[in-house]
Amino acid sequence: MKLDEIFHKKKSRLSTLKSRRIATGANHKRILECSQCAAQAEREELEQNHWICKNCGAYFALDAQTRIEMVCDEGSFHEMNRMMATGNPLAFPDYEKKLKNLRKKNKTMDAFTCGIAKIEGIAVAIGVLDSHFLMGSMGTAVGEKIARLAEKAGKKNLPLVIFSASGGARMQEGLFSLMQMSKTAAAIHRFREDGGLFVSFLTHPTTGGVSASYASLGDIMLAEPDALIGFAGPRVIEQTIGRKLPEGFQRAEFLLEHGMIDDIVKREEIRTYLGRILKMYRKGKQS
Amino acid sequence: MSTKTILSPYETVQEARNPKRNGIAEYIGELFDDFVELHGDRLFRDDPSLVGGMASFHGKTVMVIGHRKGKNTKENIEYNFGMTSPEGYRKGIRLMKMAEKFGWPVITFVDTPGAYPGLEAESNGQSNAIAQSIACMSALKVPVISIITGEGNSGGALAIATADCVWMLEHAIYAILSPEGFASIMWKDASRAPEACEIMKITAKELKEFGLIDDIIPEGDKGMKQLDAMIGKALKRLEKNTPEQLALNRYEKFRNLDGRCWSL
Repeated sequence: MKLDEIFHKKKSRLSTLKSRRIATGANHKRILECSQCAAQAEREELEQNHWICKNCGAYFALDAQTRIEMVCDEGSFHEMNRMMATGNPLAFPDYEKKLKNLRKKNKTMDAFTCGIAKIEGIAVAIGVLDSHFLMGSMGTAVGEKIARLAEKAGKKNLPLVIFSASGGARMQEGLFSLMQMSKTAAAIHRFREDGGLFVSFLTHPTTGGVSASYASLGDIMLAEPDALIGFAGPRVIEQTIGRKLPEGFQRAEFLLEHGMIDDIVKREEIRTYLGRILKMYRKGKQS
Repeated sequence: MSTKTILSPYETVQEARNPKRNGIAEYIGELFDDFVELHGDRLFRDDPSLVGGMASFHGKTVMVIGHRKGKNTKENIEYNFGMTSPEGYRKGIRLMKMAEKFGWPVITFVDTPGAYPGLEAESNGQSNAIAQSIACMSALKVPVISIITGEGNSGGALAIATADCVWMLEHAIYAILSPEGFASIMWKDASRAPEACEIMKITAKELKEFGLIDDIIPEGDKGMKQLDAMIGKALKRLEKNTPEQLALNRYEKFRNLDGRCWSL
């Protein structure tokens, strides 16, 4: 093993340990309430049930760390560009203060966490957008990390899996944020043109500039049940057309019916489902 | 309006939306010797809010694509106020691919309040169409020039603006979304749009300083003449590159456009 690899391993083990400590820290509530039915549940009980409400079946929003632990093989995740932080390109009032508070609360520098990991024994480049950080909006740091992840996956010849959850572009970074749509779409497009497999996994909610850029460019498009996925938000559409939207509009099931995604995968089945795809993809490449 | 007038950001928005401004019809009429409009996405329908076709620029064949707004209510209804649906973007993609096949440069004119937020637009994959259009444009192996002539709002504008040269008319705007939408999201109050305009940094001058656009075109006849010269010059410069180099340069441009707003 090369020297820098040893250090890399040590560093990533440290960061995993650190985040473990945070996840079980005192600032996390022990009793949580379902946003859909208001039923209360203990943290451990939710963890065992894949963060699905036992009462109504609603999915709790996952933070990046929990998503990674749920999907990847234990201890296989090596984070990349962990400290990448956005600036304040428009000098937007109070943005820096807001970022500072969110970084402290979420223990991440921004809304996107990414790295190299294994799923069912197969190495992948993986990224997760976290809706707990400014609605998972795509600012310059998020866009840069996504582009770098795609480039890394290309260089290392790894399949790329990204879980998205986002309100879209980040208002506080204005046109700089809009440009991340071009940056990420271009990077993912290049990765795919060079033969890479991109699995885009859409979770609740994926809208606006994220759904209208890299997240819609998956070779395979998947979604969690009932996830809201669309370009415009439902409120904006209702205002535009002047009437109520039909039940289930822009939900994952609606997108499947309209041919926009390949399938809906239940949370508890995601790991094995991805494993099956990745195994067949690898076999297909060898033969 | 005199080109010397300095407008506030909110006045700029109003001017950018002025129905008397030059639209796609005027630009096509003034800049090109001939234009043959091509219709339809070959999948579902023709979207009249996005015009496309082959044109002759000083004897050189190019592909022109642009949003179309109406000059009056009747036209605006017909053209859906310049709000494009997935079918429009898919027509654009089809025409860009055709241009690439024949080696014709692509010139786009951007003027839209945003992509259409409608029921059918969502059902037909608005996100997918915009994403595909951006991806297609980012890798085209022919020169691409985009001119923001009025309103350049949201992904609906960016869908046809991932170009080697991005220029703006002096009183055009280019924004993450409409100032009203921004104020509504940030402060739950659309009437604070004038305030939003100041914060958002959406004028040509501000965006040029940020390096997010490449050049500013004056308003009026003088601007049209200048635009004609600029297109000629840019095409000459871009066509010195190999097709592969063109695509790579554009990739690098958008890869590095944020001038390292982030830090590691």
